[in-house]
Formats: sequence, structure tokens, C-alpha cells
Amino acid sequence: MKVKPVNHAKAAEEFIEDVAHESFHDERLWDLRQKRDEQMHILPEWQELRTRASQIKEHTLANLPEYLEQFEANAKKNGIHVHWAADGAEHNRIVGEILEKHGAKSLIKSKSMVTEECQMREYLEPRGVTVTETDLGERIQQLDNQMPSHIVVPAVHKLIPDVAKIFAEHYHTDPNDNSAQSLAWQQRLAARPVILSADAGMTGGNFVVAETGSFVVCTNEGNADLSATVPGLHIATIGIERLVPRMADMGVFIRLLSRSALGSPITQYTTHFRGPQKGSEMHVVLVDNGRSHRLGMQDFWTSLKCIRCGACMNTCPVYRRSGGLSYGAVYSGPIGAIIDPTFNERKYSTLPFASTMNGSCTNVCPVKINIHEQLYKWRRVLAEHHELPFVKREIMHMAGKLMGQPKLYRAAINGTEVALSTMPRFVLYNWLNPWGKHRELPHPVKTTFNSWYKKNRLNKQKEGEKA
Amino acid sequence: MKIGLFIPCYIDAFYPNAGVATLELLEKLGQAVEYPMEQTCCGQPMANSGCNRDAASAEALFVKLFAKYDAIVMPSGSCTHHVRDNFDAIPQTDEVRHVRENTFELVEFLHDVLKVDNFPWAEFPHKVGLHNSCGTLRALRTASMSELGEPFFSKPMDLLSKVKGISFAHPKRPDECCGFGGTFSVTEEAVSAKMGVDKVTDHHKAGAEYIVSADTSCMMHQQGCAERAGVPIRFIHIAEILNGARE
Repeated sequence: MKVKPVNHAKAAEEFIEDVAHESFHDERLWDLRQKRDEQMHILPEWQELRTRASQIKEHTLANLPEYLEQFEANAKKNGIHVHWAADGAEHNRIVGEILEKHGAKSLIKSKSMVTEECQMREYLEPRGVTVTETDLGERIQQLDNQMPSHIVVPAVHKLIPDVAKIFAEHYHTDPNDNSAQSLAWQQRLAARPVILSADAGMTGGNFVVAETGSFVVCTNEGNADLSATVPGLHIATIGIERLVPRMADMGVFIRLLSRSALGSPITQYTTHFRGPQKGSEMHVVLVDNGRSHRLGMQDFWTSLKCIRCGACMNTCPVYRRSGGLSYGAVYSGPIGAIIDPTFNERKYSTLPFASTMNGSCTNVCPVKINIHEQLYKWRRVLAEHHELPFVKREIMHMAGKLMGQPKLYRAAINGTEVALSTMPRFVLYNWLNPWGKHRELPHPVKTTFNSWYKKNRLNKQKEGEKA
Repeated sequence: MKIGLFIPCYIDAFYPNAGVATLELLEKLGQAVEYPMEQTCCGQPMANSGCNRDAASAEALFVKLFAKYDAIVMPSGSCTHHVRDNFDAIPQTDEVRHVRENTFELVEFLHDVLKVDNFPWAEFPHKVGLHNSCGTLRALRTASMSELGEPFFSKPMDLLSKVKGISFAHPKRPDECCGFGGTFSVTEEAVSAKMGVDKVTDHHKAGAEYIVSADTSCMMHQQGCAERAGVPIRFIHIAEILNGARE
């Protein structure tokens, strides 16, 4: 069965119809963008940091096998168990086996986009493992059975009353609680006992350092530290692109990450994990899941530089107005629109078109991914692979032919053409119809520029020549 | 210098005044300008939709008509961006390269090539909100962008500042895209229209009587949004103000 492409336009339309949610979402993320700008202005070396970060990432990706092996060797020396997962299924199997070996039935975890990619919860829960997200936003999303809508602030599309309702349902709290502080407290009360009694903990990893065999986790809630250290079994799931060669490189990335993400100088917690605590075990699962394939794509490999800060989402005027869930994918926003098609070209064929290609994303990206240029290139790839809607393809084909024929084109502009194409007129007008839904048409004019020029320049020239 | 004037399809059909102003302005500045009558389109709509092959005949015609000029000037940032940066549906001959390297958006042509420092005929006693299209802002770089934190510069504002009586409104999000985006305006209608309404509202709240821009396509969209939403604001192409338009 053919997969249906994500209908971003429709989902976005529904999001916009809910005025309160849409305007909060837009303002909240725009506020993050402005805070990011303030931080940028404080650091005169901002552009130099971006250049350096981009260079380090490109160098690392160009030498990825060597650095991965270096990390593995050093991590093993540190007493870390290192696993390799080619795809999501293998990752889930590995994690399942580790948990089984320890007889672990409850797993607490901090936020990790890779586990979302692998759909790990969906795999573990039927096998008798209770998975509890400890990041507040991610927990809200888990309880509401939704994907994260943003890679840094996963529940940013929700308002306080939404959260109160979800908590009331699951934690039996006051459904009319209107205080963010008290709701956060409720989450704390609900989460602490689960954390204290958990059999295993899981984190992601923002950065993996090859020379030290260690990895770095950045959070603002401290929940990753609890997840990693309380149960005595720590599994870290990390994408293979998260590598940096040296510890010194962290000086560049840590300065960029939180400033780009939330406009704060640094995350509240920046934890370097170098090995297991006494009497406990530490496992790192390095996940490929399509990354090697992406690394081989001439036009798109640099998307692997991404450090998951979300700055491109915060600045994206389309994302802010459509909400992350409208992308129907683990990764939303501009970065999602260039990564998602590598997972499934047909399903995500609409996402590179969910953009005006304004280029703001590229210019806030701390690792200088040319996001809007990749969106443009994806459109070409998708057209060549016949992943464009039939009507759009035909209209472009017809328009292209028309633009090459001045006489026919002029007749069309003047409204005197006989047969524009083989395409029925109503198809063309149906396609253009949405223009008028929330917009007026341009006002009719007496003459085109072309006719004006003919009358006021060419004919006058001729008259002048005659006289 | 012989100038070939390119007038984009939507200006030709819907906003001829912007085209006339561009031509008259260049003539007032002593330039020899010709408008090849057979011109159609630069190929951008097809290329931006991914259908690059379908842009080939438009691009070929464009080169055929404009290769003989020293400079090709157009009152459109996005068309200039297409010709300069993405015009590759046809083989890159010397002629094609000549055309691509010598195509200018009107503001950059006035500012960088002609270095005009005076528009003695121009007077516009109104508060205007300047809209830089994303093409001019982030591709042609005719103004500084807030994303980079670079020192402020604005070629369109430099030019407009020479107009008697003009003053500027300062919207809260001056660099935010207005949501036109070519076919995006119909395929993503809801987001596009919301962005458009937000954009014109921002300018209106900042006290702008007019939105002025070097890109008519953005304004066609914004005008449609403003009229439907009842936001009282008017639209004018930068060429019209510089050419001495009064109201």
C-alpha cells in the first residue's frame, strides 16, 4: 500500500483556526528567537563561533568512522559498554536485552529524539517495561499520547489549561488549576517516587567526545541526571552524528547550544558522563538509523551537523503558525523538513514545500546548515522522483511551456487565448482558488505594462521617426 | 551603458504603474533603457516548485532577449535572485553567464551601480513601513538581517531617505517573511494568509500609512490580506516613490 503524504497544509489550517493556541505559540517562540538575538549581541565572536562549530562538525562527519572507533575504544577503557544499532529495530532490541538481563521492569528516561525516531516506548511497553519520561514537557506529551512538537520545548503548543486537564486525568489533580508553578509541582510529586523506584535510567546525549570516550547531556530540569544516576543502570541512546573529536571542542558547542535554543547562556545542567558509578553499569547505544545513508547524499549530508537546538524552528514563521505536530514527523520545522524525507520520501514529500524559503533558519543555525537551500534542492529531488501532486506538476509543466512562447503568453495575459493547454480550465482555477479564501485579488488595471510601453514608447518612437 | 528592462509577469498584468515608474526613473537618471516586447518570465515559479526542467524554455527566452544588454534591471528581488543564483535549467554558456552576472534588482542598481544620491523630483510626506522581501534581505543582501547581528545597513532606506518629507514606521518584526512564497500562497493558504495579516497588522500598529517594497509579489499578497482583514494601509512600489509619486 502506498503511504499518503503528510497533509501539512490542512493540519496547519486547523492549528491556525484555534486563535488562542496559535497566537501564544507564535509569540512564545518569537520570544525565544529574540532572547537568542540578545545573547548573540553579547558575544562579539558569535559568527566566529558558528564558523568554528560548522568546521568541527564537517571535519568530524568527514572522518566519522575513525572518530567513532576512537570513541568506542576510549569508552570501553572507561568501563562503558558500547553497542551499535544499524536501525531503530536493532536499537530497541539491544535496549530490550539490556533491560531483560537486569530484570528491569521500569525505565525512567530524559528527552531523546533518537528514541522517538526508534519508537522505543511502543516497543518496550508491550514487553512489560513501563517507560516514564522525566522531562516535564515530554511527560505531558507522553500522557497525551502525542509526539513532541518541538525538539527543545516538546509541549510548547499547549496552554496551561490543556496541561491541567491532562494532569487531572492522570494524576487526579484540579482540572482548573491555572498555575504553571503548581502544575510543575504536581509533576514533581508524581515523578519522584517513580524515579526513586526505577530499575533503569536512560538519557540521550548532546555530544560524544572521541578523545575522552565520554558524552555530554544538557538539560534544564536536572531530570537527565536523576535518570542516569538513581537506578544504577544507565543506558544512553545517541545518534552517531553527535561526535566531536576533542573535549576542547565543547567550549565552542556549549557556548552556542543554549544561547541558540532558549537564549540562555548555558543549560542549568551540563553533565559529562565518563563511566559507570561504583556498582552500576553504563551502556551507550550508537544509532545509525539512516544517518550513514544521509552522509552519502551530496546535497544533504550537512544536515547531520545539527545539534538539535531548535533555533530554526523558533525563527521559522511557518513553524510558529502551524505548530510542530502539523509536520506529522518526529522532526518538525525547517530541520525536520530536510531530514524527514531521508526517512520516507513519499510520506514527507510535502514538508520541503511547507516553507516560503525565506532563509531565516539558515542564518540562525549555530552550525551553519544551509537549510533553506536544502529545502530548495529537496523540491527538485522530489519533482524528479515524481513525488509532486499531479495537478501542481501539470500546471508547472504547462506554465513552463507557455513562458517559452511569447505570442501565446501575451494572448494569455490579455485574456484572448483560445486554448491554453489540454488541461481543463476548472482544474487550473480550482488550484488557484485558495488565494481568495482570506485574500482579495489584485485590482483590475486598464492596461498591462506591455501595452503601455507599446503605446507610450514604441509607437511614439515610430511617430517621431515619421515626423 | 545599454539597459534591458525586465518587468515580471505579475507587475505587467496587475501593477503596471510599478513598471512605468521603474522605466521613467531610469530615464530620468539619463539611462538608455529598452524593454524587449517578447519577454515573459524568468523561470522562477517552475524552479521554486522543484520543476526545474520546466523552467528551461523561459530561461532560454530570457537569455535570448537580454544577452545583448550591458545590464538587466528589474523591479523585483525574487526574480533577480532566481536569475543570479538559481538559473541553471539551461546549459551555462558565456551568454547565460553574462546575463546572470549583469542582472540587478532596481534598488541595488540605483544604489551600487548608478550610485544615485539625489531624487530632486521626489517628495512623499507620509509615514512608510519598509518591507524587505526575503529575496532582497537574505539572498541579494540589500539590507542587514537581524539573524546575523551585523551592523545596520539598508540600501532601500538609503534611497528613500533622500525623498523629501518621508518618515519611517518601525514594525516589531521588520525581517519576518510576509508569507507570499510563490505557489506557497495557494498550497499553504492558511499559513500564508495568517503571515500576511500579521505582517500588515505589524506595520499598521507601527503607524505606517503605506507599506513600501522593492517586491510587488509580496505586496500583492499583503494587499489582498489587508483588504480582506480590513487593515487600513496602502501599498506602493519603491520605484514609484523614487520616481516622484505623490499619492
